[in-house]
Amino acid sequence: MNATRYAYYPGCSGKGVGRAYEESLLAVFEHLGAGLDELEDWNCCGATAWPSVDEQQANALAARNLALTEDRSPNGDPVDLVAACTGCYRALVRAETVLNERGPAAEKLGGALASIGLDYEGRARTRHPLDILVNEIGLDRIREAVVRPLSGVKVASYYGCLLVRPFATFDDQWNPTSMDRLVEAIGAEPVDWPLKTRCCGGSCYCGGPVIGVMPEATMQLSHALLREAKARDADLIVTICPLCQFNMEGFQDRMTKRFGHPHDMPVAFISQLVGIALGIDEKRLGIHRLLRWRLPEGEPATVGGGDHVPA
Amino acid sequence: MQTIEETRTRPTTQPRKKWRPVKDQSKFEAQLDPGFAAEIAAEVEGGERLHQCIQCGTCSSVCPLSAYMDLTPRRLVAMARAGARDDVLHSVSPWVCTSCFACTVECPKRIPITDIMHALRRISLREVTYPRRFITPVMTRAFVDMISSRGRSTESWISLKLYLKTRPTELLKNLPVGSRLVQQGRLGIRRESIRGREDLRTMLEAVAR
Amino acid sequence: MFRPEGDGNGHGKGPGEPIPQPITTNGGPKVGVYVCHCGLNIAGTVDVAAVVAFASTLPNVTVARDYKFMCSDPGQELIEQDLRDGLVNRVVVASCSPLMHEMTFRRATAAGGQSPFYFQMASIREQVSWVVADGEDATEKAKALVAGAVRRVALHEYLEPRTAEVRPEVMIVGGGIAGIHAALTLADAGKHVYLVERESTIGGHMAKFDKTFPTLDCAACILTPKMSQVRSHPNITLWTYSDVVGVEGYTGDFTVRVRRRPRYVREDLCTGCLACIDACVHKQGKYTDEWNEGLSKRKPIYIPFPQATPALVVVDPEACIWFKTGKCPRPCIDACERDAFDFEQTETFEEVKVGAIVLATGFKTFDASRMPEYGYGLYPNVYTSLEVERLLNAAGPTSGEIELRDGTRPKVVGIIHCVGSRDAKHNLYCSRVCCMYSLKLAHMVKERTGAEVYNFYIDMRTPGKGYEEFYDKILKEGVHMVRGRVAGVTDEAASREEEGHLVIRAEDTLIGSVRRIPVDMVILAVGIEPQPDAQDVRRMFNISCGAEGFFTERHPKLAPVSTFTDGVFLAGACQGPKDIPDTVAQAGAAAAEALAMVDRGFVMLEASTAFIDPAVCAGCHTCVALCPFGAISFDRERKVAVVNEVVCKGCGVCAGACPSGAAQQHLFTDEEIFAEIEGVLAYV
Repeated sequence: MNATRYAYYPGCSGKGVGRAYEESLLAVFEHLGAGLDELEDWNCCGATAWPSVDEQQANALAARNLALTEDRSPNGDPVDLVAACTGCYRALVRAETVLNERGPAAEKLGGALASIGLDYEGRARTRHPLDILVNEIGLDRIREAVVRPLSGVKVASYYGCLLVRPFATFDDQWNPTSMDRLVEAIGAEPVDWPLKTRCCGGSCYCGGPVIGVMPEATMQLSHALLREAKARDADLIVTICPLCQFNMEGFQDRMTKRFGHPHDMPVAFISQLVGIALGIDEKRLGIHRLLRWRLPEGEPATVGGGDHVPA
Repeated sequence: MQTIEETRTRPTTQPRKKWRPVKDQSKFEAQLDPGFAAEIAAEVEGGERLHQCIQCGTCSSVCPLSAYMDLTPRRLVAMARAGARDDVLHSVSPWVCTSCFACTVECPKRIPITDIMHALRRISLREVTYPRRFITPVMTRAFVDMISSRGRSTESWISLKLYLKTRPTELLKNLPVGSRLVQQGRLGIRRESIRGREDLRTMLEAVAR
Repeated sequence: MFRPEGDGNGHGKGPGEPIPQPITTNGGPKVGVYVCHCGLNIAGTVDVAAVVAFASTLPNVTVARDYKFMCSDPGQELIEQDLRDGLVNRVVVASCSPLMHEMTFRRATAAGGQSPFYFQMASIREQVSWVVADGEDATEKAKALVAGAVRRVALHEYLEPRTAEVRPEVMIVGGGIAGIHAALTLADAGKHVYLVERESTIGGHMAKFDKTFPTLDCAACILTPKMSQVRSHPNITLWTYSDVVGVEGYTGDFTVRVRRRPRYVREDLCTGCLACIDACVHKQGKYTDEWNEGLSKRKPIYIPFPQATPALVVVDPEACIWFKTGKCPRPCIDACERDAFDFEQTETFEEVKVGAIVLATGFKTFDASRMPEYGYGLYPNVYTSLEVERLLNAAGPTSGEIELRDGTRPKVVGIIHCVGSRDAKHNLYCSRVCCMYSLKLAHMVKERTGAEVYNFYIDMRTPGKGYEEFYDKILKEGVHMVRGRVAGVTDEAASREEEGHLVIRAEDTLIGSVRRIPVDMVILAVGIEPQPDAQDVRRMFNISCGAEGFFTERHPKLAPVSTFTDGVFLAGACQGPKDIPDTVAQAGAAAAEALAMVDRGFVMLEASTAFIDPAVCAGCHTCVALCPFGAISFDRERKVAVVNEVVCKGCGVCAGACPSGAAQQHLFTDEEIFAEIEGVLAYV
C-alpha cells in the first residue's frame, strides 16, 4: 500500500457549497492509503472572477499557493497539489503554465512572490483528484478495495468544462473517460452520453441561476444535461465540481416548473459514489448533505460474506 | 400554381411591431476606432491572432450561450476589428460568457476568445460601460474586494452583500435555497480569513499594472 | 489470319503495314452469341438461360453460351477459343453497352483471329435489366435485341483500319506563359516548334505583373529566363508581331498561314540597344502606351518593356511621321550602329506544315467601363487591377510608385472584388484569380505606401497551394476585410470627413451594419474574359467556344486540354480563367498530349466513315453544308459530293440527311440497320 500524502487545496467552496466533495474525497483517499493534507494558509485561487479585473493578479493569487506547496516539501523533489474544484484546478494550472514558460509574465510573477519571501522553482504540480485516483492509485487497487460493487447502477459521468478546457492534462479534451472508467471499476455501469463536457451554466459569478443575470439561460443548460442523462436511463449523475453539482442539483424544481419537464435526478460527487462502493459510512461521505439521494432498488451488495445491505 | 394560402404552413406568431422613428445607423469610418482591436490584443496573450479571424462562426456555433447574446462571439470579434468600440463595450455578451472555453478549443485559428471576453470585461469595468443595474460587475468587485482583504471568500457573506446591494427582493425568493444549504451545512457564516493577508496585499500590488 | 497485335478496333501496328485478309468463311456467317450475367446486374432480372436457348434457335447461330462476366479474361477467352476453333466467325455479345466494352470485345474478336468489325453488341443491361422491372418483360426484350444483333452482324462488312501520318512539327499560337512552357517542353523533347505571338514580345500578361501570388516572386524574374530560353532554343522558331491568318488540312497534317507584320527594323540586325528611341524627333511620348495600360505615352518607335523578347524595337506606322507625311529627317537611322532600319518592309506570309497545334491565346480583362457605377473613367482615381500592376512594376509608368493621378500618395485605398464576375449582368462565372491578386495588391499597396487598405469581397476564394496561408498573412498585416459587395463608388460626401474623397458604401455583413468608408483610391478587381477575337480564332481552327466564350475542351474533367478537333490542343486561360500554376500545368499537359500524338507518328482513322455512291448522288450539296467537320467537298467536275475519309469522324449526319440515299456510312448501312430492326420486330 502506498503511503503517499498529498498537499490538498480545498478552494473557497470546499467548506461551503462543496463540503460533501471535500468530506468524501478525504474519506476515500484515507481509505485507499493516500492522505490529503490541507495546504496551510492557502488563499483563494482567483477562479473566474478575478481575470475580469486583472489577469496577472489572478495568476499571482494562484502562484502563492504553488509556492507554499513547494515550501511544504523542502527536499527538492517534485510535489503535487491536489485541487478538487475544477475552477481552482484550472486557475492553478494556468499559473503553473505561465510560470513555466519563463516569459516576461513569469518574471513579473516571480518578482511578486519574491516580494513576500516566496519563490516557485517548478516543483509543485497541480493535480486533479480524478487523475490521482485513476492514474496513480490506479483502478486495480480501487477494484480490489470495493466491498459493495454497484452493479446495475447506471451512472452518467459529468466532467464539465474546466477539467478538459483549455488545458487537457490527463484526459482527452473532447471525450474524457477517466470518470467513466472509475465508475466501471466500482462495479457500476457508465452511461455514454454526448453532453459530458457541455457547460452546465453554473460558472462562478457570471451567470449562475442564483446570482446571475440570465437565470433562463443557465437553467436551460443544466436542464438539457439532466434531461439527456434521464433519456439515456441514468440513475444518477456524478461530477467533480462543487458548482456544477450545486447548479444541477439545486434548481430542479424550478426547472420542472419552467420547462414543464419533471426533474428528479440525484447529482452526487464521484468521490461519494466511490466511497459507497468502498463501504465507507455514508455520514463520512456527506451523503446527508445532498438534496436528493437514492440508488436503484434491489442492487446487490456484498460486505464480507455476502450479506445484503439495504440501499 | 398554389395560392399563398395553400403554400403557407404556419402563421406568423410575433406581435406586430410598434412604429418608432429610426435614425441612420450607418457606421462612418471617422466614428470608428481603428486601434481598438490592437488594444484588446495587447491585453491578451496570443490576442494578436484575432486579426487572423476568418469569421467562420465556429465559436458562435459551439458557445452554449451564444443564442442569448446580443452580439455573438464571431460578431463581437468582427465588430472589434472594425473598430466599433461603443457597440462592443456596451454589449452584454462578455458578461453572459460562462468561461467554458469551448470557443477557445474549437477555434480553427487558435484565437483565445475566452481570454478576450475577460479582457473586454476588464475594459468595460475600467470604463464603466457595462449595462445598468447589472449584477455581475458588482459581484466581481465585491468578490475581488473580499479576497484582497481576507484571502478567501465566504460564500454566504458575498451572496448576502450582493443581494442587498442590487436586488433585495430576490433575497426573499432565494431564502428557501439558502436555508436548505445552511441546514445541509453547506453555507457557513463564519468569515474565512488567512494569516498571510498582508503578504497577499503586497503581492497583488507588486503585479498590478 | 488477321494479326491480333492491335487493340481490337482495327488498330494495326503502324502506318503502311499490310493488313491481311480475314478468314474466308465456308457456308457464310457463323454467329456466336455470348450472353453475360454481369453478376446479378443482368441475371437478376433477365432469364439468361432462356435467352441463350432462344439464341441457339436463331438463323446462322452456331454457338450460344452464357458466362458470369463476359468482359473478364475467361469470358473473352470463350470468344477467342470459338473463333480459333472455327466454330464461329461473327460475334454477338449480349451484355452492357458499347461505350463500356465494345473496344474490349472487338479486341477479343481480333485476338481470336477475326476482323474486329465482325462484332455486334446487344445492350441488355443499360437497355433492359436496368430499366425494365418485370423479369418476363425483360427477358422478352433481351431476346428481341439479341435477335436484332444476330441478323445485323451477318451483314457486317470487312473494314480496313487506316492510319494517317503525323508530322513532327508543332505550332503554338500565343506566347504567354502557357505558350512558352508548352514550347519549351516540346522543344526539349526534340520537336520543332513554331511559336507565333501577336504582340511584339512574348510574355503575355504575366510579363506585366510586378509580383505573383502566393510567393510574391517577381514575375519578370521567373519569366524572363524562360523567355530567353525560348529565344535561344535551336528547336523553336519564334515569330512575334505575327498572327495566324489561315489553317487548312487535317489532323497530323495542318497547313498554317502566318502573317508577319513589319517592324521596319531587321530582326537579324537589331540588337535592342534602344539608341533609335532616344534619337527620335519626338522628344516625349505622345501616343498611348498600350503596354502600360494607357497610363503613359510612348513614341512612335518603341519597345514594350526593357526585357522584351525578342529585344527588337517596333515602329508604329500610324504614329510615325515618316509614314504619315513622308517628311522626317529620321535620326533613328543614323543612331543605329547596325544599320538595321528598313522602312520598305512589308508584311510577309509564311506557310508551314505542322502535325499538331496548341492554342495558348490567353485572355483579356473585363472592361471596367461597362460598370459605370464603379466610376471607372468617371473619377480619376479609380483604377483597374492591371493598371495598378503597371504602377507597381519598376519598369512601369511611375517606376514602382503607387501614386494618384496628381502624383500624391494615397492614404486610404479600397479594393473591390468581383468586378464583372459572379454577375448575371456581366459574367456569371467566378474568375478564380481575383481574390488572390486582390490580397496581393492589398499587401503591395500597403507595403509601398503605408496606406490603410480595405478589401470588399463576397467570398474569399483561396483554394490553391499556399493560398490560405497567404490570406492568413495578409490578415496579420492589418488589411481591413469588409464582407459586402459594393454597389457603387461615389464622390458625394455625407459628412465633413468624406469631402474630397471617394466614398465606398457597403454593408459589412459580418458586423451587420452599413459602413461608409472614404478612400483616396479605388482598385477594381476586374475578372478574366476570353480574347475579343476568340470566335474568329475558333472558327479558324475548327473548334468551338462555350457560352462564356472560352474555347471548349473535349471533356471538362477527363480531357481538359484536347478539343473535338484531333490535333488541336488548348493551354492556359483561353480555355477558362486560371492562375499561373494551373496554366503551366495545363500547358505541360497540352504539350504532352501533342507530343504523344506526334511521337507515335500516326493517327488511327475512324473505321466507320461515310461514303457517297457517285452513281446515286444528285449533287444537291445538302451533306456538304451539314458536315460538322468539313469532311465533305464537292467535286465540280463529276458534280458529286466526296467524303474525305481522313477527316470524317463517322457521325452519320450526312447519311441521315441525304435525300437520295447516296450517302451511307460503313457499319451503319441501310441494310444493316433494317436487318436489326427486322430482327427485333420479329420477336416482339
